[in-house]
Amino acid sequence: MGEAFAYLLDGDSWSGSNGLGQQLVQQVLLTVVSLAVATVLSLPVALWLGHIGKGGAIAINISNIGRAIPVFAVLVLLSVGPVGTDVLGPFGRAGAATLISLVLFALPPIITNAYVGVRGVDPEIVEAARGMGMAERRIFTRVEWPLALPLVLTGLRLALVQVWATATIAALVAGPGLGNTITNGFANSRIDQVTAGAILVAVVALLLEGAAFAAERLVDPMRASRRANRHSQRTPSVPTVEPIV
Amino acid sequence: MTLAAGGSTFSASGPPCYSALVNDWICPAYVSDRRTEIADALLEHVLITLAAVALGFVLALPLALVARRYTAVESAIVAATTIIYTVPSLALFALLVNITALSPWTVIIGLALYTLTILVRNMLAGLRDVPADVKESAVGLGYGPGRLLLRVELPLALPVIMAGLRVATVSTVALTTVGTLVAYGGLGDLLSNGIRTDFKAQILTASVLCVALAVVFDALLMGTQRVLTPWTRGRK
Repeated sequence: MGEAFAYLLDGDSWSGSNGLGQQLVQQVLLTVVSLAVATVLSLPVALWLGHIGKGGAIAINISNIGRAIPVFAVLVLLSVGPVGTDVLGPFGRAGAATLISLVLFALPPIITNAYVGVRGVDPEIVEAARGMGMAERRIFTRVEWPLALPLVLTGLRLALVQVWATATIAALVAGPGLGNTITNGFANSRIDQVTAGAILVAVVALLLEGAAFAAERLVDPMRASRRANRHSQRTPSVPTVEPIV
Repeated sequence: MTLAAGGSTFSASGPPCYSALVNDWICPAYVSDRRTEIADALLEHVLITLAAVALGFVLALPLALVARRYTAVESAIVAATTIIYTVPSLALFALLVNITALSPWTVIIGLALYTLTILVRNMLAGLRDVPADVKESAVGLGYGPGRLLLRVELPLALPVIMAGLRVATVSTVALTTVGTLVAYGGLGDLLSNGIRTDFKAQILTASVLCVALAVVFDALLMGTQRVLTPWTRGRK
């Protein structure tokens, strides 16, 4: 372990092409871009499906399907197959195959949680809003969306964790990212390098998760009222579904 | 990319769909020529998955019981399992190598740790949902804590626990492939060998087998649950 920290503290480990610095930038870039693409592609559709209450079987089963498909297999299939392993700008070798895999594996948690979030809004509240004369659009923006937001953000957080993990595995197909420090360490029998790479990957993963968790708390519109409730009386707690993906 | 077909076993005439010149995705000849190698990888995959899920279950049950007994510990246990889950598999295996070296245990322990997240949560949820009046009746009938747990609480919590077990098992089947980092990845070893040698038939076969294995495990667990909890069958 001590040698691993020595590796992490050594400036040479970070510099140069394929150093820790470049790999870290690559992996963060891949994570941010693919999460953004996946969100833009799927969130509006999933919210809309939740609003009209259709397509639930697909929205929920997509997470079950996503779990059964090995990330590594998809990376291999894409990079050996039509997408190839060419360098894609700042994303590095096999950048396209990696990006596509990351987007694919970010979709299930985003879709399932957004759908369940909107669908799970108490129908009586929606009815009340309709009775007050709210238009469908307003019902969505003023009632369903705020109430679904915590679960939507949970989905984004789970997708973030999934994407970061998948980006690490890209190194197994000689793709970009910090996984390379781990795989190169194995290739050169450098256990300090292997451990150093693993520590860095784990620490950044925990920082990302922590930041996402904090953002989730901050944006939750019900937070204030929940806190108030805790002091005044014990209200029946709403069961929060957190599908593990 | 070279066209070397990743094998040494092509004859003069060559198999129809993989050779130095042909590299098809779908290739029955590959499956029959390499059936021993494929079966070995599949068996290793099954054993690693079973060992990991079994170890995870054995660890999760006492954790869930402790968490249920002491509420102060509950959030700590749930938080710890969430933190483990956040660490990417490749990094977790790499860290475990420091302890377990290049052995199947690196993969088994790593995957078992991942299953704790869902297993502990579902065990807690399942036990919590057992109706209080049912527990009171059992206590009134003279059930001690042990018998109450084994004969009343666990059976009633079984559907939720089994749901967690299914999710954990399916995820474990998929994640076992990453074990190829330490050369114990079951079908994942065929995948990494396939990418080194640009062998499409091997890659597709291993991928399909891996998904099929997850589906089979899921179906088996669903069947087991139906047998174990006959009272849930009428409901829908």
